[in-house]
Amino acid sequence: MFDLYGRGWQMLEGGLVTIQLCLTVLPLMIVIGLLGASAKLSQFRSLRIIGESYTVIIRGIPELLIILLIYFGGTIAVQNFVSWFSGEEVRVDIPAFWSGVAALALVQGAFASEVFRAAMQSIPVGQIEAATACGMTPAQIFLRIKLPQLWRFALPGLNNLFQVLIKDTALISVVGVEEIMRKAAIGAGTEKAPFTFYLVAMLMFLAFTTVSLFVFNRLEKRAARGIARA
Amino acid sequence: MFEDFIYVLTKYDVWLWRGFLLTIQLLAISVVLGTILAIPLAVARVSKNVWVQAVPFGFIYLFRGTPLIGQLFMMYYGVGQLVADIDGIQDHWSWAYLRDPYWYCLLTFVLNTAAYVAEIMRGGIQNVPNGEVEAARACGMSPFTTYRRIIFPRMWQMIWPAYTNDVIFTLKATSLASTVTLIELTGAARKIVARTALPYEAFISAAVIYLIIVYSLTLAFKAIEKYLRRSDKRADNVQTKAKPVGP
Repeated sequence: MFDLYGRGWQMLEGGLVTIQLCLTVLPLMIVIGLLGASAKLSQFRSLRIIGESYTVIIRGIPELLIILLIYFGGTIAVQNFVSWFSGEEVRVDIPAFWSGVAALALVQGAFASEVFRAAMQSIPVGQIEAATACGMTPAQIFLRIKLPQLWRFALPGLNNLFQVLIKDTALISVVGVEEIMRKAAIGAGTEKAPFTFYLVAMLMFLAFTTVSLFVFNRLEKRAARGIARA
Repeated sequence: MFEDFIYVLTKYDVWLWRGFLLTIQLLAISVVLGTILAIPLAVARVSKNVWVQAVPFGFIYLFRGTPLIGQLFMMYYGVGQLVADIDGIQDHWSWAYLRDPYWYCLLTFVLNTAAYVAEIMRGGIQNVPNGEVEAARACGMSPFTTYRRIIFPRMWQMIWPAYTNDVIFTLKATSLASTVTLIELTGAARKIVARTALPYEAFISAAVIYLIIVYSLTLAFKAIEKYLRRSDKRADNVQTKAKPVGP
């Protein structure tokens, strides 16, 4: 049944690329999100302004536009930079995969920074004061007090973001990365069976989002295991 | 660099303007029709009958669990192909509409928006305090009247911030229309890039226009939120006035 005009394997390969995309963006998104959240809560006004404007700008622009901008514009930018740096004309090609990863990390990082900001703010001030009173350094406070709780407070938001991320990877097919949507488009075009191929693609995405939801719900339960429930 | 911006903005201003108009049109129709469709979905979703609940649940699950671009391709290429295969359809008067990507786009956006808004509304309806609903029943209101007078106004108050976010998501989603050859704002920018090979100038110009739309929408929706919450404020005033004065 999963023969698909002999293209079943192609679709599975596409699925693998989609998973690769998601898992590559995830850590980048978390790092950018943490940096963004720290900038927003910083004591320095300039950092706060940078953090806030980053979110406001990225959230107002369609993901597709950012992907196109980075794919078409990023190559030129890197090329100019390298040429200027080395003093000679250099031709640079950024693979579509990595420009897609950069675009998604930039977008999801902006949303993640909001999630982490809210999570950081839900840590009771008393705990930070207590840690300071015990003589912990800021780094120790972050590692021992903030980070373990951040995880718990941020998980529901990250769950949501990961769902969005899985769906957003489909947009990268527009610049030619051969993930599920692109493979489906190729199959649909050559076999003249668009309905079948897109249906399969959608079912694959549905499976991914469902599994992700399940895993995150388990993680949420696990993260909350030490918390008394009302 | 700036000359190129001015070049794009003066030479291709008509393309950007037409793209802007199509974006706004897609957004307005999707949000209005999507919201109207979401209301019965949300009401059915909170039904106590499992079978009534199942239909909107499946609908919402399918549309929220898959990427919009996939839904769009499925609709335009997939369903479009099935429609085109019908015998004699290409001589029928409706063929002019049935092959136009605009209608497929609109249909997809409306259904997608309906699914997301219905899910938000479900949360809102379930968070209306039970006492208010019981009070309405006790006053002899029919379920329909209860929804109209009590549940919906309360729901709108509660869901408005999330709804605002969703409208902005829909705005960003309309950019996908460019993948099925519609020339809305993103499509216009892509067309300019193809013509001039100036990706920064064209894409950033479009991005700035999107930001302006988002900013205006946010302002407008904040104003409406204030209107929706006007009764909250009054209750506050009454409370401050009613505070006992003196010992």
